[in-house]
Amino acid sequence: MLMIALKMLIGDRAKYIALVAGIAFAALLITQQASIFAGFTRRAGSWIRGVNYPDIWVTDQTMEFSDDLKHMSDMKLHRVRGVQGVAWAVPMFKGIIQVRLPDGTQKTVRLLGLDDATLIGGPPEYVAGELKDLRQDAAVLVNQADLVKDLSLPRDPSGRKLGVGDRIVINDNQARIVGIYRSPKEFFWGSLIYTTYSRALAWAPKERNRLTYVLAKAAPGEDPTTVARRIEAQTGLLARTNAEFDRATIMWMINNTGILPNFGITIALGFVIGALVAGQTFYSFVLDNLRSFAVLKAMGLSNKRVLMMLVLQVVIVGSVGYGLGLGLASVVGYTMRDTEIAFFMPWVIPVFGAVGVLVCCMLAGVLGMIRVLRVEPAVVFKN
Amino acid sequence: MTLAEPQTTLAVRCNDVVKTYGSGNSKVTALRGVDLDVRTNELMMLVGPSGCGKTTLISVIAGILDQDSGECEVFNHDFKHMSAGEKTRYRGQTVGFVFQAFNLLPTLTAAENASIPLLINGMKRKEAVERAQATLSRVGLGDRGHSLPAQLSGGQQQRVAIARALIHGPKLIVCDEPTSALDATTGHKVMEILREVALGEDRALIIVTHDSRIFEFADRIAQMNDGQIVKVVDSHMELDKH
Repeated sequence: MLMIALKMLIGDRAKYIALVAGIAFAALLITQQASIFAGFTRRAGSWIRGVNYPDIWVTDQTMEFSDDLKHMSDMKLHRVRGVQGVAWAVPMFKGIIQVRLPDGTQKTVRLLGLDDATLIGGPPEYVAGELKDLRQDAAVLVNQADLVKDLSLPRDPSGRKLGVGDRIVINDNQARIVGIYRSPKEFFWGSLIYTTYSRALAWAPKERNRLTYVLAKAAPGEDPTTVARRIEAQTGLLARTNAEFDRATIMWMINNTGILPNFGITIALGFVIGALVAGQTFYSFVLDNLRSFAVLKAMGLSNKRVLMMLVLQVVIVGSVGYGLGLGLASVVGYTMRDTEIAFFMPWVIPVFGAVGVLVCCMLAGVLGMIRVLRVEPAVVFKN
Repeated sequence: MTLAEPQTTLAVRCNDVVKTYGSGNSKVTALRGVDLDVRTNELMMLVGPSGCGKTTLISVIAGILDQDSGECEVFNHDFKHMSAGEKTRYRGQTVGFVFQAFNLLPTLTAAENASIPLLINGMKRKEAVERAQATLSRVGLGDRGHSLPAQLSGGQQQRVAIARALIHGPKLIVCDEPTSALDATTGHKVMEILREVALGEDRALIIVTHDSRIFEFADRIAQMNDGQIVKVVDSHMELDKH
């Protein structure tokens, strides 16, 4: 009987295609929008994840996310170093600053100062130069992606891009590009220029407190979370493991940017449209085949087996539609991998999408199933 | 040496069957105490004007409609005393159907359509389709097993429906206006097939029809009017003319 169910479904090509298309559209919208949402949230913490060596980020108590730049006194570094279980701790500066490019263009950028001795926290990938080049005089590293955006040279008639050896002016201080790094895209705005901690403090506007982060490593055998709580208890600062700081940044973005309801609405729309299109089409398919189902019931097919036929039809339509939608979303994501579109599809999204499509299909199928179960086999004698 | 008497046990026994539809002012009584016996190896025709209750009666006899009162036994089984599941199972094994509009599933081939009762009764698909092919040969459609209903003429479709009604060896076949959608020649041929292939094997046929051209095929004819059997005759010559 299941083969008959399949033939009934596929035999009506137009309805079958409409059903699959409805589900595929729902699956596409649900998984693609969820993946873009995941991509944006992932970007929020991408810089934190790119800083490999430390286990713990220590910041001012009021700092909510990675770019909520609240500075501390330099003395805090020593207090962190004094906490039991801390293997090492290094300073890091991050601040907003003005840059003038060779063509005269002025930009506002984020300046990041790495510990002079260790350069811990530097970008992991380079297309020109390397991290240790920061030890050269007035050296800075710029992001490859910024060379065509924030650090492009719109007034330069040659149309050239900034490169290694070019000089830029950071808050009236001469700086020289010694390397170009590559990093995952960030959610937060503005170019990120790396230099050393001491140089960053020298270039940045004068403030009393200028230590932004203390990056710390738990001693071998120590649990980073335990050490972080110990730092908080002993220093009164906020200490978070990489995962905690990443999560806090993502949650700040979700809670303060309206990104969740915006994507949520689109995902919900995909779900509703998919359910409506699939539901209407499946119901219409059932109505068209109601007489056939009545004939089968008259000939002795039980309601249970009729239900199994309908479930199979829904499952086939759902699986094919979901596969097409997911595949299409993946192709779109792959095509846009090097664009500004944030697309990230962890395993949870296909699972979430499958649940969404399953609910769509159940809603689509349930009305038709009720109708078929209620049809009296005696209608077969009516013309 | 004497010839054996043909077996004439009762296939269907209806006694004082009443069926009403609706309630209150819209209440319609379709069957008003119908009494009817149908014997095995008999082709019984139910005739009468539209709305006289013929279709309701065969629906009750076939177990797809419950009577309000009275008894209706099919081979000594009264559907009234069966659960829904038992009734469905018994119907699947005991009753074959032939409909006016053929009611073939349009996306299945002739052989697949004919095999449906076997599939319903749990036979494997391959074996069922092979049996269906053989049954189609019995009704003269051995070469059309792979055709879709849309590729068959009305007469051929009705023959597929007859093959479907016969394939599982049911004891009772109910036919609702099996020739009314067919021309005279084709209708005649369909009735010949029904008599030749369907009768026998202790089976009974009940045919509801308006088509006086096929009355000659009946063993007995029950004339209905206003929800009652008014006359049961052996020849259509004895029917009241209206």
